[in-house]
Amino acid sequence: MFRRSFNRFCAGEEKRVGTRTVFVGNHPVSETEAYIAQKFCDNRIISSKYTLWNFLPKNLFEQFRRIANFYFLIIFLIQVTVDTPTSPITSGLPLFFVITVTAIKQGYEDWLRHRADNEVNKSTVYIIENAKRVKKESEKIKVGDIVEVQADETFPCDLILLSSCTVDGTCYVTTASLDGESNCKTHYAVRDTIELRTVESIDNLRAAIECEQPQSDLYKSLGPENLLLKGATLKNTKKIYGVAVYTGMETKMALNYQGKSQKRSAVEKSINAFLIVYLFILLTKAAICTTLKYVWQSTPYNDEPWYNQKTQKERETWKVLKMFTDFLSFMVLFNFIIPVSMYVTVEMQKFLGSFFISWDNDFYDEEINEGALVNTSDLNEELGQVDYVFTDKTGTLTENSMEFIECCIDGHKYKGVAQETDGLSQTDGPLPYLDRADKNREELFLRALCLCHTVEVKPNDTVDGVTESSELTYMSSSPDEIALVKGAKKYGFTFVGVQNGYMRVENQRKEIEEYELLHTLNFDSVRRRMSVIVKTQSGDILLFCKGADSAVFPRVQNHEIDLIKVHVEHNAMEGYRTLCIAFKEIAPDDYERVNRQLIEAKMALQDREEKMEKVFDEIETDMHLIGATAVEDKLQDQAAETIEALHAAGLKVWVLTGDKMETAKSTCYACRLFQTNTELLELTTKTIEESERKEDRLHELLTEYRKKLLREFPKSTRSLKKAWTEHQEYGLIIDGSTLSLILNSSQDSGSNNYRSIFLQICMKCTAVLCCRMAPLQKAQIVRMVKNLKGSPITLSIGDGANDVSMILESHVGIGIKGKEGRQASRNSDYAVPKFKHLKKLLLAHGHLYYVRIAHLVQYFFYKPLYDAAYLTMYNICFTSLPILAYSLLEQHINIDTLTSDPRLYMKISGNAMLQLGPFLYWTFLAAFEGTVFFFGTYFLFQTTSLDENGKVYGNWTFGTIIFTILVFTVTLKLALDTRFWTWINHLVIWGSLAFYVFFSFFWGGIIWPFLKQQRMYFIFAQMLSSVSIWLTIILLIFVSLSPEMLRIVLRSVRRRSTRSNLSCKKASDSLSTRPSVRPLLLRTFSDESNIF
Amino acid sequence: MTWSATARGAHQPDNTAFTQQRLPAWHPLLSASIALPLFFCAGLAFIGLGLGLYYSSNGIKELAYDYTGDPGTGNCSVCATAGQGRAPPPPCSCAWYFSLPELFQGPVYLYYELTNFYQNNRRYGVSRDDSQLSGLPSSLRHPVNECAPYQYSAAGLPIAPCGAIANSLFNDSFSLWHQRQPNGPYVEVPLDRTGIAWWTDYHVKFRNPPLVNGSLALAFRGTAPPPNWHRPVYELSPDPNNTGFINQDFVVWMRTAALPTFRKLYARIRQGNYSAGLPRGAYRVNITYNYPVRAFSGHKRLIFSSISWMGGKNPFLGIAYLLVGSLCIFVGFVMLVVYIRYQDQNEDEEDDE
Repeated sequence: MFRRSFNRFCAGEEKRVGTRTVFVGNHPVSETEAYIAQKFCDNRIISSKYTLWNFLPKNLFEQFRRIANFYFLIIFLIQVTVDTPTSPITSGLPLFFVITVTAIKQGYEDWLRHRADNEVNKSTVYIIENAKRVKKESEKIKVGDIVEVQADETFPCDLILLSSCTVDGTCYVTTASLDGESNCKTHYAVRDTIELRTVESIDNLRAAIECEQPQSDLYKSLGPENLLLKGATLKNTKKIYGVAVYTGMETKMALNYQGKSQKRSAVEKSINAFLIVYLFILLTKAAICTTLKYVWQSTPYNDEPWYNQKTQKERETWKVLKMFTDFLSFMVLFNFIIPVSMYVTVEMQKFLGSFFISWDNDFYDEEINEGALVNTSDLNEELGQVDYVFTDKTGTLTENSMEFIECCIDGHKYKGVAQETDGLSQTDGPLPYLDRADKNREELFLRALCLCHTVEVKPNDTVDGVTESSELTYMSSSPDEIALVKGAKKYGFTFVGVQNGYMRVENQRKEIEEYELLHTLNFDSVRRRMSVIVKTQSGDILLFCKGADSAVFPRVQNHEIDLIKVHVEHNAMEGYRTLCIAFKEIAPDDYERVNRQLIEAKMALQDREEKMEKVFDEIETDMHLIGATAVEDKLQDQAAETIEALHAAGLKVWVLTGDKMETAKSTCYACRLFQTNTELLELTTKTIEESERKEDRLHELLTEYRKKLLREFPKSTRSLKKAWTEHQEYGLIIDGSTLSLILNSSQDSGSNNYRSIFLQICMKCTAVLCCRMAPLQKAQIVRMVKNLKGSPITLSIGDGANDVSMILESHVGIGIKGKEGRQASRNSDYAVPKFKHLKKLLLAHGHLYYVRIAHLVQYFFYKPLYDAAYLTMYNICFTSLPILAYSLLEQHINIDTLTSDPRLYMKISGNAMLQLGPFLYWTFLAAFEGTVFFFGTYFLFQTTSLDENGKVYGNWTFGTIIFTILVFTVTLKLALDTRFWTWINHLVIWGSLAFYVFFSFFWGGIIWPFLKQQRMYFIFAQMLSSVSIWLTIILLIFVSLSPEMLRIVLRSVRRRSTRSNLSCKKASDSLSTRPSVRPLLLRTFSDESNIF
Repeated sequence: MTWSATARGAHQPDNTAFTQQRLPAWHPLLSASIALPLFFCAGLAFIGLGLGLYYSSNGIKELAYDYTGDPGTGNCSVCATAGQGRAPPPPCSCAWYFSLPELFQGPVYLYYELTNFYQNNRRYGVSRDDSQLSGLPSSLRHPVNECAPYQYSAAGLPIAPCGAIANSLFNDSFSLWHQRQPNGPYVEVPLDRTGIAWWTDYHVKFRNPPLVNGSLALAFRGTAPPPNWHRPVYELSPDPNNTGFINQDFVVWMRTAALPTFRKLYARIRQGNYSAGLPRGAYRVNITYNYPVRAFSGHKRLIFSSISWMGGKNPFLGIAYLLVGSLCIFVGFVMLVVYIRYQDQNEDEEDDE
């Protein structure tokens, strides 16, 4: 039994608030020390919001926090307690309905989350207990348990690697779902426990681990190479043993995971604003009415005429109280100006509307056999409002697979696949060439590609069948290397694998060449190159080196550079990753020396890294440059087009990635986020330099950049969009550590200053690239932008678990259903299979939904302004269906045109259609129509006999006339606004009018036994028997619709004026619109949509 | 809410016109070329209609007399002052004399009009019990609470018909006398007091309670008349088809008016010599003056009116139609001008987008 504390896990951390001591296997370390079972949380992950018993109160509480719900609750209570003109049912029922529907919806969503949690929590894991493998559920893991993990399993909690099945105690891990890097990382077992490879031996281990308390920063502790994080996947290693140190909600992943909060769309916010305005109007109205009532009542014969005496109780009521109840009942009477049915309809519209997204065939992806997924239906219209797009790189912009594109050997360029070569077949023929280099050089180059790497070959499973048995699966910590090896294979040199320290390469003649691998000089980001030293069969010792041009060029003969430099630069411009290949022959006696040095350095206990570096440096000199390669991090289909479209739509695209800066930069070039003429401003560790004066330097840079930008854009934000097209474009690159320097240097006074300067710079750049971001930092950036002045709408798109926090933080989160698991899509609001789908999602769906919902909302605020209280109940049925159909089906602009002209998007940004102007317009329109209705009928009723038989009409006829006019006007107005008449629209609009008539007959045709007052009896039928009333109805409908008609006509006249005769014809038939005339048309089309 | 495409083997969404939002659709564009003729046509049609309405409304004759009895306005002022401050006012009668120089084209309808009477007041409007009025015996004994303070009498008996509306039933009565020759005798003109209520009200909505031993009076036993009434509801008229809840005056009154100034039909003149209208000659209306209106500064008027296909005299509709029609045409012209000007411009600046 030995004891050892692994203090290094918390080394270097000053603010060691608390450390935890973990006893491996939960065995006490020594008899003398009393074993105190510490309390750690269990390994359960909880992302759900409710439990069974707290659902009802918590959900109700959440719902009544919504201003409208609360308001209706109050109204309902008033109606119950105070004597009011309307029955409490009229407001209680819709409210109940809304609450129930929402509760059911949220309950269902939460149930899904529960299920997802259970899936994770109940997954089986193996734990070593008393020298036996015990099968357990994942949630039962306790801190200190020894866990066995097998290949391709994910780690159930944060583990310290004790031992693996390999001799050297290494294991390969991919952290794709944590930080998006899908390559394999090597982790090492703790030295002292490497040997414990059996169940028995590991159970005998008595040790304690002292480590820091859970922390969220991934990169701070990703360093320790023994820590395996929850969520990462074991690759290429049969099994490992590890001891659990952090479990459940304390794992790095869970700490990086942010709680899901309810997202509100901007439209909902403006609804709430309108609501407050209307509430104010309501209160004023009620107050005015109460005052008027008491003024009117001040004459005694009005207050209590002999024909209408009060009851004793009424007389005795205290006056102030009476006034108050009067006020309340006026409020209830007028409460219909705030439409409860709107909320039902809006919910329905959103819910049904989101079906269209999941139904859209354009979002269907063959590969994963799935379409789009809608998780939140609340945000459809928000898609039309986005200002900032934050995108992940790996798996989102790129496919996350590298492809060998071209190479050059001695300045001769070789490109593409062998198809168009002069008749030579691909396998045994030489490279397709423009002009060829020496054959020997070619082969040398290809051999270099095959040898200079750390790729491992994974033999294929037999399952794959005969056809693929010749295929080799390469595994490597760097996808570039795989691409290179595959590239070499394409040209006839196949790397077969490593056997007993010999690298085996199949050459163009199908012969196996064996090279003894003497040394590998590993890649690191400082040197930016790697080398191998091999011994050929003939006994020559060769060194192959590959690395970034800047790292290789200084180490080769000068005259060789020029030839290749041209190619390298050219490739870099195209957005490829370039690597240079060099070689050197080492004389045997030289090698002896080198070998000794290397071994010495490797054995060194102190400053090992530095020493090795020094040795490497010495070895990699005086090399001969053979050539260069270009590898493409393959972009997703149409990623560049999408980004361009987004740019054109006035969106700002930020790329947030966990990747290295160089890689990210080249991707940005490739997807045209940065143009070749974009001037880059870099705020990275490189530019700032690791020095004492980090902050000063940062400050300098910031101010310098700002000056530069301010000079460039003298007029600030207003002309920004225009400025982009005219001025030099700027791109900003910042990395994680610099960002945290900017954001977190909170103690000193300048920090806020930094922040604001940084933001100013960001705002002025066309594109921003943030690399080396931890998930939480991504979220931080999103939050920072979200809180900017004018609170722009942000959208995040990503595919991995590392993007989850960012997706949750932004207004709209979009998940890509990618290869890196489903966490992102599960936590997102929308999930699409590919990045390119973003374009249609935003430009077409977003736009349409926004226009639809804006109309819907305005319509609702307009509609019930003069609503007869007694008809509320069926008001919902009559006038809601048409607008619902409208809001689902309206396409004021064709989808194709929307996708093809992103500029249209700008027109609706900033919530343009729900601003004060249109709002006032609708309100005044409604007020106007209300006046027309009332006074029209009022004057008509100057004589009460409207029939040829001289009979008189009463109160209820008056109301019914007004209501009929109202229903017709409102529905017909909608018909006027509809520009996309499908059969459903026809059905619903005419159907609802017919239904209204039918219902009125029905409602008035029968004495309803359950009603106290039969006031509607036969009113409608009687009403229709009067010609005058018919004429009045027609007239008033016409009058109230005429402003709208005028507006439409004027618009069309204006439209005519701005378009040529040619396009005029085509506009009327917009389905057949040719792209050539589009821009012209669209502007006018969108002009009109703007008027609302 | 979460769903993936349903479990149809492949998860490919349906490729239908509906799901792909590509339903065939009609794109109406209300362009000027459609709207201009529309406006002109509508304008012309409206003007035509308006003229028709205006003239037919003008053709309607109305003869009105305010018999409220403000001091110095005829002999009803005696009754008015007599009833001042006394409730119920003592019965009083007065008369209104008028002469027609020519035939008053019939059919002629007799209305009474009240002003400043708020039948549309909410407290007043709900003060009735429709199920009592539909003859439900249980409601007869137990009027609804809305009827208060006219729910139970001082003696504790249920009031039938209950409520403020019934209690305030208009109880002036009129008779019309015609003097064919000067200084000749006055002949009573027959007033048809039936058929003045809505058919449905009279036949369906209002029903007497089931008779007890063939007697309506017994059916109403145990109830009290409204406090302002001089006689119980079953004695409103000797005609068994016009008494109780189905008394037509009562039914008309119970249909509450929309505005504080309202008319209600009193009688139709369509019998005998008077079916064509009121012939020329001198007339006298005998008024039984009961109904106090001066307490709420209201007025009572008596109106003879003929009727056209569009109802009573109301110039509003005609004028409104004329106005809207001319506005339509005016707007049409304005638009035409705008339209032409824009088109000219368009030709000039073809490429100025």
